[in-house]
Amino acid sequence: MDALDGNAIGGLLREVFGTDMTSAGSVCGTCGAASQVAELAVYLDAPGTVVRCRSCDSVLMVFVKIRERTCVDLLGLAALDT
Amino acid sequence: MAGTALRGRLTWQLAKVTAVAAETASVRTITLDVPDWPGHQAGQHIDIRLTDEDGYVAERSYSIASAPGEPVAITVERLDDGEVSPYLTDELRAGDDLELRGPIGGYFTWEPADGGPLLLLAGGSGVVPLRSILRHRERAGSTVPVRLLYSSRTLDDVIYRRELDQPAPGVEVIHTLTRRQPPGWTGYARHVDAALLAEVAWPADALPLAYACGPTSFVEAVSQALVQSGYPPLRVKTERFGGTGGA
Repeated sequence: MDALDGNAIGGLLREVFGTDMTSAGSVCGTCGAASQVAELAVYLDAPGTVVRCRSCDSVLMVFVKIRERTCVDLLGLAALDT
Repeated sequence: MAGTALRGRLTWQLAKVTAVAAETASVRTITLDVPDWPGHQAGQHIDIRLTDEDGYVAERSYSIASAPGEPVAITVERLDDGEVSPYLTDELRAGDDLELRGPIGGYFTWEPADGGPLLLLAGGSGVVPLRSILRHRERAGSTVPVRLLYSSRTLDDVIYRRELDQPAPGVEVIHTLTRRQPPGWTGYARHVDAALLAEVAWPADALPLAYACGPTSFVEAVSQALVQSGYPPLRVKTERFGGTGGA
């Protein structure tokens, strides 16, 4: 399946962060590419939801929902600014 | 109002379907009565949640088709192998309940103060949030010049056709039909690429603002071509759909 983009997880991100994150800025922890979250590559059908850098393809964020709990991994990011 | 639409926790709530209207053979516009709707911006979406008898849950995002101030409406294309869209297009009736949350998204939005000229690029059902922008522009009395380039497979697949045939002053609608064209068709008949954009798009030195929405391949192709033609990347907003989308 083709990658979507950060718009597709606007609802999930607001659930996690409590505010709109699609226009937030992000910096890739691997290659340093700066991008608005809406522009990042998003895979909804991975195990969990996987967000990747469009420049170097590194994994930036992973969200896994287990029952009512959302587990969040942001280790691939150098920065995330609303 | 924009603030309330962007801040705060999202809550799932029940809306009432007030109307279902056919746009094409496989596309329906569903109008909703959402209690305590905080208002939305042109270009935002909602999440829809369906729960079956066994408790299995499926969620999908749909762009809002109506302008701010109008009742919330979504326009849904049936994907034959879809989990959610066949229910929305084939089963749902006026009077039914639908679970949703929103409005969502602060990136792919347009307000009259954002200016233009606007270049709207639609692939298939990617036209939906752009239609919200067009209606908002007209209702708000904005005179920002607009060009909408809309790629569909065939004329029968064009969503909002009657509305787009009578654009507001200052709005140009340019169709391209990629798969089949009716006899006597004088419009474009090919996929949107750099050459077509060179004919249709505002020149970069007019400082246009571009919104591209459609299947991933469509959005990648048009956004790259625009940036190569001199559009600053921050002036090209993109939203990618999962479906095959019709372009």
